[in-house]
Amino acid sequence: MAWTKNVLRVNLETGSCTTEPLNMEWAQDYLGQRGLATKYLVSETDPKVDPFSPKNKMIFVTGPLTGTMAATGGRYSVVTKGPLTGAIACSNSGGYFGAELKFAGWDMVIFEGASAKPVYLLITDGKAELLDASHLWGKTVWETEATIKKYHQDPQIRVAAIGRAGENRVLYAAIVNDLHRAAGRSGVGAVMGSKNLKAVAVRGTRTDAYHLADPEAFFAATEAGKKVLAANGVTGQGLPTYGTQVLMNVINELGALPTRNHRDIQFEGAMAIGGEAMHEKRPTDGKANLITNGACFGCTIACGRISRMDPGHFSIKDKPQYKGASGGVEYEAAWALGAANGVSDLEALTYANFLCNEDGFDPISFGATVGAAMELYELGLLTKEEIGFELPFGSTEGMVRLAELTAVGEGFGKVIGLGSKRLCTKYGRPDLSMTVKSQEFPAYDGRGLQGMGLAYATSNRGACHLRGYMVSPEVLGIPMKMEPQATEGKPAMLKAFQDLTAVVDSSGLCLFTTFAWGLSDIQPQIQAACEGDWSEERLLLVGERIWNMEREYNLGAGLTGKDDNLPPRLMKEPAKTGPQKGAVSKLDIMLPEYYQVRGWTPEGVPTAETRMRLGV
Amino acid sequence: MQKSLHIDPNKCTGCLQCEMACAWENYRTFTIAKSRIKVFSFHHEGRFVPYTCTQCDEAWCMTACPVDAIQLDPVTGAKIVLEPTCVGCKVCTIACPFGTINYVAQTGKVQKCDLCDGAPACAKACPTAAITYVDADWTGLDKMRQWAGKTDTNPATV
Repeated sequence: MAWTKNVLRVNLETGSCTTEPLNMEWAQDYLGQRGLATKYLVSETDPKVDPFSPKNKMIFVTGPLTGTMAATGGRYSVVTKGPLTGAIACSNSGGYFGAELKFAGWDMVIFEGASAKPVYLLITDGKAELLDASHLWGKTVWETEATIKKYHQDPQIRVAAIGRAGENRVLYAAIVNDLHRAAGRSGVGAVMGSKNLKAVAVRGTRTDAYHLADPEAFFAATEAGKKVLAANGVTGQGLPTYGTQVLMNVINELGALPTRNHRDIQFEGAMAIGGEAMHEKRPTDGKANLITNGACFGCTIACGRISRMDPGHFSIKDKPQYKGASGGVEYEAAWALGAANGVSDLEALTYANFLCNEDGFDPISFGATVGAAMELYELGLLTKEEIGFELPFGSTEGMVRLAELTAVGEGFGKVIGLGSKRLCTKYGRPDLSMTVKSQEFPAYDGRGLQGMGLAYATSNRGACHLRGYMVSPEVLGIPMKMEPQATEGKPAMLKAFQDLTAVVDSSGLCLFTTFAWGLSDIQPQIQAACEGDWSEERLLLVGERIWNMEREYNLGAGLTGKDDNLPPRLMKEPAKTGPQKGAVSKLDIMLPEYYQVRGWTPEGVPTAETRMRLGV
Repeated sequence: MQKSLHIDPNKCTGCLQCEMACAWENYRTFTIAKSRIKVFSFHHEGRFVPYTCTQCDEAWCMTACPVDAIQLDPVTGAKIVLEPTCVGCKVCTIACPFGTINYVAQTGKVQKCDLCDGAPACAKACPTAAITYVDADWTGLDKMRQWAGKTDTNPATV
C-alpha cells in the first residue's frame, strides 16, 4: 500500500502530538492528498467556522504517489478554510518537503486549535514535538529554514514555514517550503499564522514507511509515463526550457492576457517579461536573468526557474541577500507582478517574486491587488497621501515598494494585504475587483477564453487556473482543440477537467503532467502503487465526489450559486484589441448548462440523486 | 572495457530520481536517506551537483580497512564493502578524502557506491543524462567534442 496509514494529530492548544490510523475506508473513496484531507476537514469542522478561529483545522497531506519514483511524485497539499475566500482552501506545493513527510511515515498531519505562543513542529520519523519558536517569530521563511537547520545540526531537514506575511495575516499569505516552492493561494499561510505555528520541519529516514502494492508493475507504469513526458513537446521541451513562462507571448498574442486590472487584454510589455526574455543577455551586465531550470522532487519535467538578478538593479542596491540565485518568476507571477499592473521590468518582477518567496505571500493575489490599487489611484479614489507615493499603472517603483511593505504590514502595505476585493470595497468600487469569491484571477482573461471564464466562476477555491485548466483545449488543443470564443461543449469539458484535476491533486502527482498524460497514463501508476481496483471509471468518480464534497462545504459555509460569477467588467466591457476584440464573457449561457452536467439544481446545489450517486 | 560513472552537474535539475533509484537498489525503499549518491543544491549559485564515490584506484578506504572488508571488483573496478566482514569501525570513513563512504546505523556496517555490479541504477534513472556510465578511459570525450566543435577549421575565414 502506498499509504503510510499513519495520521499525526497535533493539538496546538494542549501541545499534544498523537498518532492514529488513517481511515482506509475514506482512502478508498477519496484516494489521498486533496480529496482525503478535505474529507477529514469536512467531517471534523463546521463550514461556518471563522478561518482564523482555533476551531478551524489545517491539514498537511501527501498522496499515495508522493515520495515515489513516479515522475513528479513529490506533491503535498495544505487544506483548511481559507481566509481570503471564506471557502475551502487547498493549496498544492512541490519541492522536497512532501516526500520527506512521507519518508518519516506520515500521510497527513492535522493541526487543531491554536498555540498560545509561537511554536514549530519537528518531525523525526515517528517522533513529533512542538518546540518554542519565539526566536523565529518575525523572521522570514529563508531565515527560519536556515535557523532550524543550524540549530538541529542537520542540513537534510526539510522545512515548510510562514514568513512575516503569514504572521501578519496577509489574507493571501503562503506556506513556503524548500525556499521557493509554495502552497501559495487562498491564504493558507495566514491560517498557519493564526495558529501561532511558524514552521513544520521534517526529517524522514524510514525504509518501511509504506509499501508498493506491485513494484514490478509500478516500475513498468512509471517508466512508461516518463517516456511520454520526455517525448511530449510541452513537458519534454517547452516547460524545461521556458518554464510556464512559455505562455506569456502565446497568451498575449491570442488576446487573453489581462492587463492593467483587466482594462486591456493585451500587454505591450509582454515580450520583455516572458520566457524568452529570461534567456536574453541583459545589456547592463551581459548575463541572462535565468541561470538554469530546476525540478521538484522526482520530477522529470523540471519547469522551475532559477534566476539571478542584475546586481545593479535599483531594487537591490545594498541588499546582498538578493544578489544570489533563487526562484525566478513563473508565468502567473510574471503576469500578476507585471501585466496586471502594467510593469514590464523583468528584474523588478524577479525581485518582487523573491520577496513573495522570502516572506511567504502569493504573487498572483498580491500583483493583482496592486493592479486594482493602481486603477483606484488613476480614478482619483486613492491618493498619493494615503499610499505614501504615486501609484499610476506601470509604476515599477510603486509595485516594488508595495512588495516590500505588504508582508510586514507597514503603511499602505497593510491595505494591499487584504486583497483586491476588500481594497476595492473600502474605496467604494467593489466592481473593480478582478476576483471570484474574493480570490484574484490568474493570468488568463475570461473574455478571451470563454472556458476559463466558466472555470474561474465555478472554481471551489475562488478564481484559479488550477481547478480546471481550460487553456489546454482552448489554446494548446489538449485533448482536443476548442475555439476560445465557443461555448458549445465547454461545460462538459470543464467538468471532465475539474474531476480529473481533483484525482491528480489527490494522488501526489503534479498537475503539469496532464499536458502529456491522460488518465490512461496515470491510472496504471496509481493501480500499481495502491491495493484495490483503481479503474479509470472509479478514479473519475473519486474526482467527481471530491468536487461535490468541496461544493457542499462551500454551500455550508454560506456561499451560493450567486457566487459563481465574474466581475461586471468581464461581463460588460468588451475586449479592446486583438483576436478576441469585442468579446465579453458568455457565462450566462454556460453556467446553467454546467449546473446541469454536474447534476445540480438551477441554483447550483447538488440534487439528491447526485448526492446519492456519489455518496457525499 | 571498464566503465565509469560520469557526472555532468550542468545537466542536473535536482529531481533526485538517482537517489531514489539507489535507495531502491539497495534497500527496496525510495527513502533517499538511504541513497549512496547525493545531489547537493547550491541554491544561491543555481547549481545542483550529484556526488558519489569515484572508485579511486589507490582507494584509501580499502587501504585503511583493518579487516579487509573492502575489496576490488576486478570487472567493474568498484571498491565493494563486504558486509559480513565489516566490523563498523568507521576508519574508512575517516580515510576517505571525499566523504563518500558512510556508516549505516541501521546495519552497523559502512556503505558506499558499488556501481550496482556494472549497471548503476542512478545512471539509468537520471532523466537528463547528468549521470552516465561510460568508457572509463574516455570520460572526457563529451567535453573534447564540445571544444572540437568550437574549432575553426575553415581556412577561408582566416
